[in-house]
Amino acid sequence: MKDLEHVLPVDQDPVDHERTTPNAVSNKADSNTQSHKASEQALAAARAARYQAGTSNNFGRYLWPSCALILLLVVNLVLDANFFSITYQDERLYGSLIDILNRCAPVALLAIGMSLVIATGGIDLSVGAVMAIAGAVCANLLLVPDLSVFTVIMAGLTVGVLAGVINGALVSYLAIQPIVATLLLMVAGRGVAQLINQGQIVTFQNDAFAFMGVGNWLGLPTPIWLVIGMLLLCQLLLRRTALGLFIETVGCNASASRYLGINDKGIKLFAYAVAGLCAGLAGMISAADIQGSDANNAGLWLELDAILAVVIGGAALTGGRFSLLLSVIGALIIQTLATTIIVSGLPAKFNLLIKALVILMVLLLQSEKFRQQCKALLLMNKKGAV
Amino acid sequence: MFTQRYLPLWITASLLVLLFTVGAVQFEGFGSLRVVVNLFSDNAFLLITAIGMTLVIISGGIDLSVGSVIALSGVAASVLISEYQWHPLAAFAVILPLGTLFGALMGAIIYNYRLQPFIVTLAGMFLARGLATTLSEQSLEIDHPFYDFVSDFGFELSGGAWLDLSTMIFAGILLLSILLMQYSRFGTNIYALGGNEQSAQLMGVPVKRTTITIYAVSSLLATVAGIIFTFYTFSGYALAAVGVELDVIAAVVIGGTLLTGGRGFVAGTVLGVLLMGVIQTYITFDGSLSSWWTKIVIGLLLFFFIVLQKVLSGKSTAHA
Repeated sequence: MKDLEHVLPVDQDPVDHERTTPNAVSNKADSNTQSHKASEQALAAARAARYQAGTSNNFGRYLWPSCALILLLVVNLVLDANFFSITYQDERLYGSLIDILNRCAPVALLAIGMSLVIATGGIDLSVGAVMAIAGAVCANLLLVPDLSVFTVIMAGLTVGVLAGVINGALVSYLAIQPIVATLLLMVAGRGVAQLINQGQIVTFQNDAFAFMGVGNWLGLPTPIWLVIGMLLLCQLLLRRTALGLFIETVGCNASASRYLGINDKGIKLFAYAVAGLCAGLAGMISAADIQGSDANNAGLWLELDAILAVVIGGAALTGGRFSLLLSVIGALIIQTLATTIIVSGLPAKFNLLIKALVILMVLLLQSEKFRQQCKALLLMNKKGAV
Repeated sequence: MFTQRYLPLWITASLLVLLFTVGAVQFEGFGSLRVVVNLFSDNAFLLITAIGMTLVIISGGIDLSVGSVIALSGVAASVLISEYQWHPLAAFAVILPLGTLFGALMGAIIYNYRLQPFIVTLAGMFLARGLATTLSEQSLEIDHPFYDFVSDFGFELSGGAWLDLSTMIFAGILLLSILLMQYSRFGTNIYALGGNEQSAQLMGVPVKRTTITIYAVSSLLATVAGIIFTFYTFSGYALAAVGVELDVIAAVVIGGTLLTGGRGFVAGTVLGVLLMGVIQTYITFDGSLSSWWTKIVIGLLLFFFIVLQKVLSGKSTAHA
C-alpha cells in the first residue's frame, strides 16, 4: 500500500520531476497547462506537481502552520495575560516564550534531520535511540580523565553520524524499507546504550559540557543557539547548493533521478547521516541538561514527535518536498501545545489525548478528499441558510 | 514443503529448536515441559497481538497502536470492574466491540483519505494511550472472584506444567486465524491486497471492506490481549505494554513475513514470538547476562532476517 501511494503523486505529472532546476520545472508546468488549457484537471495536477517539487511560490504552505502557531500563542495570551512577558535577569532572558524555544530544542533538531530523510521518501525511527547512545558515549567519556570536552563532543557527533550512515547504508545499498531498516537500530540502539552504561544512569560533573544544555549565550539558552546554528547551516548547505533539490528529486522518483545522473544512493545516505548528526547533537543536549545519561529514557518517543513536527510542517510522508523552517515551526507547535495544556490548568494527563486529536486534524486536512468533503459541507450549510 | 516460500519459516523453527537445545544442554530444568508451557502463558498476550499484526503486515500495512490498545483495554476493564463494580464478563462485552470499532475507524480513515497506515496508527497510538491515562493515571488493582476463578482454571500437565486459560484462548485464536488465512476468502483477499492493491481492486477484491476489517481485527486481538494481560497482572495500568508494538513487529519479521506485504504466515509469527521468548528465558537462566542483551540479540536477528528476505525476494524477481 505504501509503495502504491508513493507512485501516485508521480503519476500525476511525470514530466515535471525529470527536470531539476526550478525554472525548468515551472516552465514545463506552464507549457503543460497551455497545451491542456481547457482541462482544469491538468492545471491542478501541474500545480500539485510544482507544489510537490517545492518550487511553488504558494505562501499557503507557510501560512497554515504559522497560523496554527499564532493561534496557539493567542490562546495562551487569553489564558494568561503575562504569557508574552520576558524579563532579563542574571544575564539571561526569562519567560514562557523562551521556555518553549528552549524545551523544543531536541525535537527541533531531530525534526531538521527528519525533514531530509522524509524528503527522500524515507523515515528514521531510530533517532531517539541514537540520542540515547550519543548521550551514553559522552557521559562515559566525560568520566575519563584528561579528555578535552571538544573530543567528547566530537565523539558524540561521530556516533550520531555513524548511526545515520548505518541506517542510510541499509536503506540505500541494501534497499531495505526505511521503516524496517531504522526499526533495527531503534530496537537494538537502546540495548547498546544500556550496554555502554552497564545498565546504570551515568552522571557526570562537567561545567563545560553542561553548558550545551543549561548554559546561555547573549541572553539566550545554548540549545536555542544550537538549533539556530543547525538550521542556518543546513539551510545554506541545502538551498544555496543543488543538494536540497537533489534530495527532493530522489524523493519524487528515485529511479528517474538516477537516470538523470544523480547519485540517489549517496543522497539517501547523506540524508540519514544528517539525521544521525542531529540526533547525536540532540542526545548531547538532553544529557547535558540532566548532567547524566539515562539509556532507558533519553529521547524516548522523540522520534514520533519529530516525525509529527515534520508532518505538521506540511511535508508529505511520501517524500519529495521539505522545508526546514516549517519543520522547526512544527516542533514549536508541539511544544506550545504542551505548554498550553499546562497553562490552561488542564491536568497533564490530557496532553496525549489532545496531541492525538491535533495530529488527526492535521492529517485529515492534508487529505484532498477530506478538504472537498468539508467544502461540500460548508456549501450545504450556506444553501440551507439562504 | 521445502520450497522457497517456506524457507524463512524453517530457518526460524530451526533457530528456535537450536537455541532451546543449547539451553536444555547447558542448564538443568531448561528442557522441561514447564518451561515450554510457561513460554506460551507468559507470552500469550504478545502472541495474540502478533497474530493481528501479521494480518495487517501481510496486507501491506502496519499497526503501531496495538501496545496502547492493550493498555487502554486493561485500564478500561479495571475501571469498570473495580470502580463501577461491573461483572468482568459484562465489562469484556462492552470493551471488545469498542476496541474493534477503534480499529475499524483507523482502517476507514486509512482507506477513505488515502493516508499512510504508519501515521494514522501513530495517531491512534497517542489517542489510545491518551484515553487510557485520562481514564486512570494510577495502576488499578482488580479484585474480583471471577479473576480468582480464571487464575485457578486450567489443566495440570505432566511435570508440574500448568495449562492456563490464556494459553487456551491463544490456541483457539491461532487455529481460527490459520483457518481464516488459508481457507477463507477474507484470507485470500488479504494476501491479494498485500501483493498489489491496484491488481486486487481490479480482480474484484473489496478493498475497502478488507482494509477496514483487517485493522478492526488487529485492534480486536489487541483488546483481547489487553484483557489477558489483566489476567496476568491482576491490574490495569495506562503505561503498561509500552513498546509492545515494536516487539510484535520484530516477531512478525523474524517469523518470515515480508514487511512489504503479500507474503507470510501466522504460524511463522508464533515461532518468532517464541524465539524471542526463548532468548529471554535463556538470559534469565544464565543470570550473568544482562537484560539489554535481549534487545541487541533481537536487533541482530532482525537484521539477519531482513537481509535474508532481501536475498530471497531478489532471487524470486530474477526468476520471474
